[in-house]
Amino acid sequence: MGYTENELAKDLENQEYKFGFVTNIESDKAPKGLNEGIIRFISAKKEEPEWLLDFRLKAFALWKEMTEPEWAHVHYEKPDFQDITYYSAPKQTKKYESWDDVDPEMKETMAKLGISMEEQQRLTGVAVDFVMDSVSVATSFKSKLAELGIVFCSFSEAVKEHPELVRKYMGTVVPMTDNFYAALNSAVFTDGSFCYIPSGVRCPMELSTYFRINEGGTGQFERTLVVADQGAYVSYLEGCTAPQRDENQLHAAVVELIALDDAEIKYSTVQNWYPGDKEGKGGIYNFVTKRGLCERNAKISWTQVETGSAVTWKYPSCVLKGDNSIGEFYSVAVTNNYQQADTGTKMIHLGKNTKSTIISKGISAGKSQNSYRGLVQIHKNADNARNFSQCDSLLMTDECGAHTFPYIECKNSSAKIEHEATTSKIGEDQIFYCLQRGISEEKAISLIVNGYCKEVLNQLPMEFAVEAQKLLAISLEGSVG
Amino acid sequence: MSETQIDRSFSAFTKHLRQTEISLPADLIAQSLDELNGKSFPTTRIEAWKYTRLTKLSKLSPTFAVQHEGVNSASFAIHSTGNRVVLENGALHLNTTQFEAVNGLSIKRFSECSTEELQHIGSLLTLENEPFNALNTAFLQEGIFIQIDDNAQIDAPIELIHLLSKVECAATIRVFIHVGKFAKAALTMGTWSAGADKSILNAVSEIHVSEGAHFTLRKLQSEEEGNFQICTEEIEQKKDSVFTMHTVTLNGTLVRNNVRVRVNGTNCETNLYGAYLLKGNQHADNHTVIDHMMPHCLSNELYKGVIDEQATAVFNGKVFVRKDAQKINAFQSNGNVLMTDTASVNSKPELEIYADDVKCSHGSTTGQLDEEAVFYLQSRGISERSARNLLVEAFIGEVLDKNNNQDFTNKTNAILNARFGWER
Repeated sequence: MGYTENELAKDLENQEYKFGFVTNIESDKAPKGLNEGIIRFISAKKEEPEWLLDFRLKAFALWKEMTEPEWAHVHYEKPDFQDITYYSAPKQTKKYESWDDVDPEMKETMAKLGISMEEQQRLTGVAVDFVMDSVSVATSFKSKLAELGIVFCSFSEAVKEHPELVRKYMGTVVPMTDNFYAALNSAVFTDGSFCYIPSGVRCPMELSTYFRINEGGTGQFERTLVVADQGAYVSYLEGCTAPQRDENQLHAAVVELIALDDAEIKYSTVQNWYPGDKEGKGGIYNFVTKRGLCERNAKISWTQVETGSAVTWKYPSCVLKGDNSIGEFYSVAVTNNYQQADTGTKMIHLGKNTKSTIISKGISAGKSQNSYRGLVQIHKNADNARNFSQCDSLLMTDECGAHTFPYIECKNSSAKIEHEATTSKIGEDQIFYCLQRGISEEKAISLIVNGYCKEVLNQLPMEFAVEAQKLLAISLEGSVG
Repeated sequence: MSETQIDRSFSAFTKHLRQTEISLPADLIAQSLDELNGKSFPTTRIEAWKYTRLTKLSKLSPTFAVQHEGVNSASFAIHSTGNRVVLENGALHLNTTQFEAVNGLSIKRFSECSTEELQHIGSLLTLENEPFNALNTAFLQEGIFIQIDDNAQIDAPIELIHLLSKVECAATIRVFIHVGKFAKAALTMGTWSAGADKSILNAVSEIHVSEGAHFTLRKLQSEEEGNFQICTEEIEQKKDSVFTMHTVTLNGTLVRNNVRVRVNGTNCETNLYGAYLLKGNQHADNHTVIDHMMPHCLSNELYKGVIDEQATAVFNGKVFVRKDAQKINAFQSNGNVLMTDTASVNSKPELEIYADDVKCSHGSTTGQLDEEAVFYLQSRGISERSARNLLVEAFIGEVLDKNNNQDFTNKTNAILNARFGWER
């Protein structure tokens, strides 16, 4: 008999997390809990300058005054911030000189993730800054990038090597006062990536970083800062997979993008943190603040494929400050079982002739809840601002939910804003059409889902598109692919 | 004086008001008072009031007017015949109120209702975190009970006139409407003012639409600038019923409309149409909720607005589709035209969907008149002003034309002509 939607739903439910495994690497941990001492410990461990410690302590003082936000359409057990280990680093202290020096077990982890470094170095030309539990262990293609004056390194390295750049730009797009989790991140962030493209340089390769939460009970507090100087271009990729864990882990990252005049940043991400098992037990809490600032004629494009995490709270945003700047947001969010996602974007139009495009595709399966929450704000001086938003939701079962909460605020009469959203299930007529053309039901569903996401997947760089499709398949497939 | 020093509490607001003398269920009053006790006016930090500032309103301590001002309230009437209830400053104005005996229709005051009838009041109303509903219950001045019998078809118009004619006065009115099975009726509600300033109308309507019934509510809001109104409509639809509502907002400093339709039956149809034409310092806020609790229903929502000068508009439409409410078709659309750079609009069309076999969509647009269209009309010898008016009319006409009552259309056009200089 044909493959029915009910069977698909069942398959989806039974789909276990394919990347769930734990690497046993001894790590150097801070005691659990959060206080000034811990922050000083992290800062000292990372041999940080005084100003950064001050920054952390100031953020911590602010954080203590803040309350956890509750407006998102998600329900979860609040994390106990005193029960989290805020620092954990792989024990090997010496930095690797060559690839051969890298711990073989770690290499194996990477291989399981399908990002074998040898392969990548040789074949794809992607420079990978691999972060395992907060300390980056290997960076490749660095010399090649250095020739062009591009800085691409771990955040802590950047603090040591390029303090003037870090100090100038850190916290300018996402200030520590921004929100609860941004303040927490500012206080306790351990590592992350830093990227600087000098004026007029077009980065010749896609830059990518892989994050991975490994140690049980270790929150990851990453900080990414990408600066494209005047006229520069960079395409930055980030992907996440995490091993299977029963206790909830917290991930509160901050990503700041700065595109100066005429610069362009393309930021793509595939997120596949452990979503919890099919009873909704465990899984990662992903509370991320991502924001980009566009100066004159600059462009920032966010592309995301969200398949993981038990709870997602993420709004990659663009502040279109300069005239003629462009912001784009392309997103596919898949939720299954008991996953909850509240994701979307904010487009803040400040400059004249600014343009933004929002394409959001949500797919809900199992008993999950998937929400789009977006803000389009046109300020008084943003003459001729233009926005187009489209957010579609696809419902796979009768127990899941799909929600749309767009906020549209306009204070300029020359602005043009369009927003449209639809919610539906896969049309029976569409499946029927495929069936009568000799395409099996299973393939038909796969075809329709793929077609539905295509607008977004097309935006991903080649190197990533394959992985994105793999991850989509893992979360939604069963046998849909 | 800083924000924090201003007493924005409800106790300050209600200090000159007296508690209701209508014998509503005691627990309802107690709960309402409890809800207001120690509470302040909602600020923009509260999601439901995010775009509407109540600062000006919260500074007032209105009174209940004791006597009528001798305004010719008949001049505000939309329909010349039929039943007309005039409420001036919240009190029934007997001289201009006209009752015509119509079979199957009964209109009476809450004070004339039996205890059993009064038990139904408030059953649809949420009091929790809805201070204006609580205010309307605890400080209720007058209640009108309208009963339309089963199978009755009421062709004669039923009209309610809310008139404010005093300075800094409050009018709190409740209307309870029960539309019997397979009955058909329409109600027109006009909100007006004459010589009033800093006055507030707080009107709550509870509407029960029974099985197979058709009910239409037409609202024309045209209080003078300087006055406030908070209108709440709570509707419950039973199976096979049709509920249609037209809201036309033309004047008033602050107009807030809360509409919640509970579609609690299969095979229902719900239509909400709204038009707002704002200028000056007006602020109009339309909050609508369509709650689909049962399968096989259809809802249409179309709100359009033209915002001129320094006016601001808010649209917050929510469509809920509950679990198991399958085969729902829900369409929601909001369009706005900004005429000046000082005008602003905040639109929030929301969908919350928990069932899979549904077709739901919403759209929201904000823009301005097409300059090419204006140019085209000018090239045909039409003045720029007329060209713009023509285009605005075409835009807003889509909503206004949904209304099929000639009296209502005539009155709307008369106001549009007087206020915006349009000939429709």
